[in-house]
Amino acid sequence: MGIVVENISKRFGHFQALDQVDLVVPDGKLVALLGPSGSGKSTLLRAIAGLESPDQGKIWINGQEMTHLNVQERQIGFVFQHYALFKHLTVRQNIAFGLEIRKVKGAEVRRRVNELLDLIQLQGLGDRYPAQLSGGQRQRVALARALAVQPQVLLLDEPFGALDAQVRKDLRRWLRDLHHQVNLTSVFVTHDQEEAMEVADEIVIMNEGRIEQVGTPQAVYDNPATPFVMKFVGEVNILPSGLHRTHAQMGSSVFIRPHAIKIQSQPTATSLAATITHVVYRGWGVHVELMLSDRIPLTAQLDRQEWEFLGVDTGETVQVELQEAIAFADGQQQSGNPPLLFR
Amino acid sequence: MLSVNSQKSQKWALIAIALFYLALVLVIPALVVVVEAFRDGIGGFLAALQSRNFQKATELTLIATAITIPLNTLFGLCAAWVIARNRFPGRALLISIIDVPFSISPVVAGLMLVLLYGERIGWLGPLFASMGIKVIFALPGIVLATIFVTLPFVAREVIPVLEDLGPEPEEAARTLGANDWQTFYRVILPNIRWGLIYGVLLTNARALGEFGAVAVVSGSILGRTSTLPIFVEQSYQNYQSVAAFSAALVLAGFGVLMLIGKAILENYYLKKLPSH
Repeated sequence: MGIVVENISKRFGHFQALDQVDLVVPDGKLVALLGPSGSGKSTLLRAIAGLESPDQGKIWINGQEMTHLNVQERQIGFVFQHYALFKHLTVRQNIAFGLEIRKVKGAEVRRRVNELLDLIQLQGLGDRYPAQLSGGQRQRVALARALAVQPQVLLLDEPFGALDAQVRKDLRRWLRDLHHQVNLTSVFVTHDQEEAMEVADEIVIMNEGRIEQVGTPQAVYDNPATPFVMKFVGEVNILPSGLHRTHAQMGSSVFIRPHAIKIQSQPTATSLAATITHVVYRGWGVHVELMLSDRIPLTAQLDRQEWEFLGVDTGETVQVELQEAIAFADGQQQSGNPPLLFR
Repeated sequence: MLSVNSQKSQKWALIAIALFYLALVLVIPALVVVVEAFRDGIGGFLAALQSRNFQKATELTLIATAITIPLNTLFGLCAAWVIARNRFPGRALLISIIDVPFSISPVVAGLMLVLLYGERIGWLGPLFASMGIKVIFALPGIVLATIFVTLPFVAREVIPVLEDLGPEPEEAARTLGANDWQTFYRVILPNIRWGLIYGVLLTNARALGEFGAVAVVSGSILGRTSTLPIFVEQSYQNYQSVAAFSAALVLAGFGVLMLIGKAILENYYLKKLPSH
């Protein structure tokens, strides 16, 4: 059940958008396809919808093979980044569109539309036209329109991409709650890792037409499978392996999260000297930009109290302790304390 | 800084220039048509309308227009959709080819058709003649010439509107279960209607009024292959100015009818969509 994608490839001219992708989206889960632009995430979503026909591979939705079915036969709900509402129709008419295509009776259409207007909390705005709504309202109408036909799966292409930061935050929380209510297998595309972390049950990280890792938000952050995932999810410092003596192979790099760097005033056996170049206050936390002695930049994250307790400032030299570093050798992750890696 | 007064007088000067220009090139010539048509009173005008040659010319013009509009609308819509929704090699060339009728003189277009379909000399003429179809100096030639000169209008008006609309509403309709016809009728058509109506209006105006290309292919045989614009010219050449201006007035009347039709449609849609 859910969505199964098997060995899908798609090429646009010389550009390999999808390269032999396999994916299983479990029934009832909300899954994010996360990746930089050009990583193939939108193409994968559109291939599942039938808006793009893959060059090879197969697609199943709830056990039924969909590979050769038209979009209109797949019973999917699709939400577009720029809403794609029918601007010549009112909110009610937009939501009713799919029901009317399916020749649902008038009274039943009205009942369903009212139900959906309740769900998206736009009861009073049914007779407005899309041009008279805000971006967030439009996207909720688009969602109601997609849900009206009771699709087997819900597919959302950068659904919050065109909205302002605040609306975006509200709407993604709302989408998560809505998903808990309706429990419909859903896939959404995003390039915003924070969004993926906050909304999704599972994150699929894509890069250059391939899937790098599939896992829960916690898993992809704590146990990144590849250097790409490590760099893409969360902030990270990348240090050359040649820094001090190290067990990591030459040519590979060592990754350290900003919060795994401890700043202290006194040197210890494993600490390194660094100069503070810049300090950024971010509400409850402080970002400290440092320069190691060999001109290697480093970013550390501290909470406010820790920082104030240290009592140092830009230009001063401090000692940094690198905790929990991760290195990738032959594609295998090795994590451990820097003493292991930097000795 | 200009004073308020001199700004005001500037405004009036501009309006006066515009009105003068409009009167010179539009209002006075139109008035002349009306005045000349009624030179011999209502009776003269009505007599002119009852002439067999006039009626034949009107019939030909209306038939040619009635065939041209649906064909070019269909072609224009298809061409516009293909061009707006696809990127393919030769796309720019196709756009240029659709514009060819604009850049070729109508007389040359007519001559081209004669060389192609002429009964004895044409490339395809003998073939059609053997099937008993007379193209040149007959209705088919008039229709072909009219279609040729009005080909670009609908496509030209619809392409930018379709491009502006983007493919997403169509994709949304299909994800909601709409087939091709439902997508076109319920989503594309309501969104491109202004461009389409305008394209059809231009096609209609040109089809009614085309002179050069039709004059060449039709042979301008009075009472048999002369269309309304040709009838106007022939009557005038024969010193029948009342007949000429009466026919011109009728021709102008068709144009006005079309504009009224457009206004009614606009009004209908404005009532349906108060927000637009």
